[in-house]
Amino acid sequence: MSFIRDDGTWKVKTGHARMLKGGVIMDVINAEQAVIAQEAGAVAVMALERVPADIRTQGGVARMSDPDIVKGIQDAVTIPVMAKCRIGHFVEAQVLQALEIDFIDESEVLTPADEANHVNKWDYKVPFVCGATVLEEALRRIAEGAAMIRTKGEAGTGNVVEAVRHARSVLGQIRILQATPFEELMSTAKVMGAPYELVKYVHENGKLPVVNFAAGGIATPSDAALMMQLGLDGVFVGSGIFKSGNPAMRAKAIVEAVSQFDNPEVIARVSAGLGEAMVGINISTIPENERMAHRGW
Amino acid sequence: MKPRIGVLALQGGVSEHTDMLDALGCTSVAVRRPEDLDGIQGLVMPGGESTTLIKLLIRWDLVSPVRELAGAGIPIWGTCAGSILLSSEISEKNHKVNQPSLELAPVRAERNSFGRQVASFQEDLVIKGLDKPFPGVFIRAPLLHPLSDRAEILCSVREGAVFIRYENIWLSSFHPELTDDTRVHRMFIEEAVIGS
Repeated sequence: MSFIRDDGTWKVKTGHARMLKGGVIMDVINAEQAVIAQEAGAVAVMALERVPADIRTQGGVARMSDPDIVKGIQDAVTIPVMAKCRIGHFVEAQVLQALEIDFIDESEVLTPADEANHVNKWDYKVPFVCGATVLEEALRRIAEGAAMIRTKGEAGTGNVVEAVRHARSVLGQIRILQATPFEELMSTAKVMGAPYELVKYVHENGKLPVVNFAAGGIATPSDAALMMQLGLDGVFVGSGIFKSGNPAMRAKAIVEAVSQFDNPEVIARVSAGLGEAMVGINISTIPENERMAHRGW
Repeated sequence: MKPRIGVLALQGGVSEHTDMLDALGCTSVAVRRPEDLDGIQGLVMPGGESTTLIKLLIRWDLVSPVRELAGAGIPIWGTCAGSILLSSEISEKNHKVNQPSLELAPVRAERNSFGRQVASFQEDLVIKGLDKPFPGVFIRAPLLHPLSDRAEILCSVREGAVFIRYENIWLSSFHPELTDDTRVHRMFIEEAVIGS
């Protein structure tokens, strides 16, 4: 006796994201870096042509990775491989699904392709992760089918301040919604510009219906543990690893810090002797129109 | 006395198991250090990324304590990545695998056996000991090949076994903790933890 098999369901998409919890997802630009990330204990890698720090300095239009880079990384590692598509670029998303990528990041780090609309993520079997700076943005992305949310941070800066701002904003708004009386939820949803059903879910459950990771500007084991202690489910590290002095060692230290994020002695031990962290940029020196966190709507 | 059940909490789908165990009247304990294993009557190894989990088990000195627990007859149940950690052999179709494991059950876990995430699926399962089908959730799941007659197959899909019991070691390649159905957790608590 055999039952019907359903693939690409909401359950297997959000379930995959749940299995990444307590883990570190690392940006890599080639197979060699992907192997270093896997060896360090990454739960997944993000296949990119350029890390955010280079996108920032080199400028120009940033697009989906070359399929050859993606395939090379898929062949090199057994952990899940993610890749980014431009906001609203549903054909890049189709291509990434055809490549059997494990997760698509509809990312503000790339140059947006649509200034009003995001991809209809319900159309895909591959799950999506999207960035959010505030709760209403997270709920809009979930309503579009995102199976995972992350903070936006300010990618490529090595400065965690924006990720902290987004995490505190989303988690703080969740706490406020929890305490909001039921009869005020409809007008709250209207003011927020977020779907009522999801506002109601957050009110009743005190959390998002999908996992919520930290991303953008995380450069040290302490940065990663900070995001975990604030209450996020896991961590993306972009430029912070392969723009540092000793990527293999730093990658391993960040993985270890996240696995024992509530143990300062462990974080102290793994933070020692890592060599130079990426230099970093102060957010106030970046012109408003060059800030990636403002992309997405 | 409520049964005290540990859930390995180094990475992965931990809260899904602890929530379900607590709802079933157990006291769940998040296990991050060897001393967290003190006094537990059962242990769950959750789903997550097996390559990450084995590194962290080694790094935080949990391999010997967990093996000792198994040797003392404490029931241990691994779901998905957890089942890979418990298997004596690990393989994969398109990749060479050189990954250590706890080697607690004579099973060859074939990782990512159904394919990448696009091939992750849901399918109702017929499980030995349960009278109605169980909602199976398979995410980049392994297949479990028994390497001994004493490894009892509790459930198979058309490709092979997905639920095996070997003495006090339970392995499931699917995720009961991602469903609202508590029957497999109840089975583990009643038969393995309380029954032993």
